[in-house]
Amino acid sequence: MKKFFAQLYIWVLLFLLYAPLVFIAIFSFTESKVLGNWTGFSTGLYRNLFTGRMDGGSTLMSAVENTLLIALIAAVVSTLLGTVAAVGIHNLRGRTKRVITFLNNVPMINPDIITGVSLFLLFVFLHFSQGYVTVVLAHITFCTPYVVLSVMPKLMQMNPNIYEAALDLGATPAQAMRKVMIPELKPGMISGFIMAFTMSLDDFAVTFFTRGTIGLDTLSTYIYTDARKGGLTPELRPLMTLIFLFVLILLVVINVRQAKMRKSPVR
Amino acid sequence: MPKDIIIDIKHLSKSFGDKKVLEDINLYVRKGEFITLLGPSGCGKTTLLRQIAGFIAPDEGQILLEGKDISSIPPYKRPLNTVFQRYALFPHLDVYDNIAFGLKLKGVPQDEIDTRVKKMLKMVSMSDYEDRSVDSLSGGQQQRVAIARALVNMPKVLLLDEPLAALDLKMRKDMQIELKELHQKMGITFIYVTHDQEEALTLSDTIVVLNEGRIQQIGTPTDIYNEPCNSFVADFIGESTILNGTMIRDRRVEFMGHEFDCVDEGFGENNPVDVVIRPEDVYIMSRLDGAQFTGTVKSCIFKGVHYEMYVDTDKGYELMVQDYNGFEPGSTVGLLIKPSDIQVMRKERLCNTLEGEMVDETHVSILDAEFECLPQEGLEAGTKVTVEVGFDKVDLLDHQEEGATGGEVSFLLYKGNHYHLTVLTDSGEHLWVDTDDIWDKGDLVGINILPADLKITRKDD
Repeated sequence: MKKFFAQLYIWVLLFLLYAPLVFIAIFSFTESKVLGNWTGFSTGLYRNLFTGRMDGGSTLMSAVENTLLIALIAAVVSTLLGTVAAVGIHNLRGRTKRVITFLNNVPMINPDIITGVSLFLLFVFLHFSQGYVTVVLAHITFCTPYVVLSVMPKLMQMNPNIYEAALDLGATPAQAMRKVMIPELKPGMISGFIMAFTMSLDDFAVTFFTRGTIGLDTLSTYIYTDARKGGLTPELRPLMTLIFLFVLILLVVINVRQAKMRKSPVR
Repeated sequence: MPKDIIIDIKHLSKSFGDKKVLEDINLYVRKGEFITLLGPSGCGKTTLLRQIAGFIAPDEGQILLEGKDISSIPPYKRPLNTVFQRYALFPHLDVYDNIAFGLKLKGVPQDEIDTRVKKMLKMVSMSDYEDRSVDSLSGGQQQRVAIARALVNMPKVLLLDEPLAALDLKMRKDMQIELKELHQKMGITFIYVTHDQEEALTLSDTIVVLNEGRIQQIGTPTDIYNEPCNSFVADFIGESTILNGTMIRDRRVEFMGHEFDCVDEGFGENNPVDVVIRPEDVYIMSRLDGAQFTGTVKSCIFKGVHYEMYVDTDKGYELMVQDYNGFEPGSTVGLLIKPSDIQVMRKERLCNTLEGEMVDETHVSILDAEFECLPQEGLEAGTKVTVEVGFDKVDLLDHQEEGATGGEVSFLLYKGNHYHLTVLTDSGEHLWVDTDDIWDKGDLVGINILPADLKITRKDD
């Protein structure tokens, strides 16, 4: 009996968590304008989405493009920055290391809205004209700590003499980094990249405050504006379903990788 | 100094923060030599090796390779290679690529790489493993790959940092023999770091004993074992009993309350010395006539080849004896030591000598603390003084707060009937203490000295 309730509890919980997503996914297969009206099964919305024949189709598509491009740039740059930073932090000792690690963790716990507003104020203060560049810079800022966080464990697992062994065998520091350190850190860097990419993908608050007034839209700001204009564009339903599936796959990939990393023997 | 010197280290010093790790190291290594840096953990041996490899820069001094100073050359430009303690193989490369790593970087043609790697694999008997991932190898096999990876570059000197420490005993013994053979076959100079004295004695042409950042003794294994130059070396290498003695005259020494003939000369007359007796050098017999002295067996343990016995001598000293024959505890035995088996060493110091300053007429400041002393005439406050304290005049207390200052027991030596302790005081100085009480290494102690036991003299500049 006890076991039954425990089971029930977990299923109710999962239902509550996933119901909205399932709801959206189901209603992406009907053409009704109003969410909640079932007007028969149709893949019309998917067709509209991919052919662009819908109200405001071009702005939606450019928002999707912006989102992906910003996420890609932010993820690449923060992966490089974060990896270098992680190596640096790893080589620090004692108090300095603790302080820097703490400072790295703060932006992750900091509410997005505060990050967004403070970056906004910073850019205004520096007389930066806000737009694409500021959004990308802002995304790099909040993505980098996640990369540091995912590269650090790999560094700790690594035999501390490996870098020295490479130098000892005639590799310059740059060669040692390329031929030995990067291959060793790659799993952590890939996890960090995926994390940064998804963080950038779903960001609203920071983007909203740093995009300026030139009309730059990412998916999240587009949806926000769209919803305020009076009801969601129906084509957003298949789009959200696809994004959810995409993120789900990414998450599975991350988890499988981490499981593998844990299994590999500590050297 | 011989001509075929490959590495010459001159006045090398290194500190980490406040801690002096190496102090004024002078050492040369001959071409083709197997030299071992031996010492307890924290003695600076690994730091010395890492400076030769180029991973740490020395604070002072020079490292000459074939006459040229290499102190400022980065590790990747030094013609030396290292075998690391925990192998440090590259996990993303297979055995072949690990070994070929250095050759590829140097731009050696592929067919030459191939022949050299294969030859090296054969040399460390790993021929069938070239395609294996290094994670699939056992510890011993990984160590062979690490050695091959270093040796394939034909370094002028091979540096080995406790390469066998992570292996089990049996494997370690086998690898010792293989290392020795490799050294003889390749003719490359080996500099080997270990804390295992038996390993050092087995492998080396020359042993360098280090303690607390200083070289204690340099010599062949037999020299180091048979003629240790101080009590640290005698205690660290092999088993021994170290005793206080008095050199009566040349070839005549007194210890354990008896006089013995010995072979040592030049220690003066009636001078205090340290005497080292190896347990296997003491003859033990049930006959009492013809013995130099007698004793009662206190304990007897079978050790495989021999018995190890502790004997209380007639004058109240404890002596360790090893013999093929065991004697029952409680039995009275005769003991004899041959003149050539008595190793006499000059004492490093006869009492503690401390630098201090007068606080007032009856107080002196030493060891960063104030001690009460007998009234000193003619030494006003602020006078720099030298204070001498006998080893047996220092009181050690259980609680640091009870003493005028505190310290930590850093080394202990049993001298047959009492302990000779080295105490590292809170002020960072060393204090040597004779005591009958039992302390352990690392014990925190309070330090007190009675006013009458402080011998104060004006420090002459």
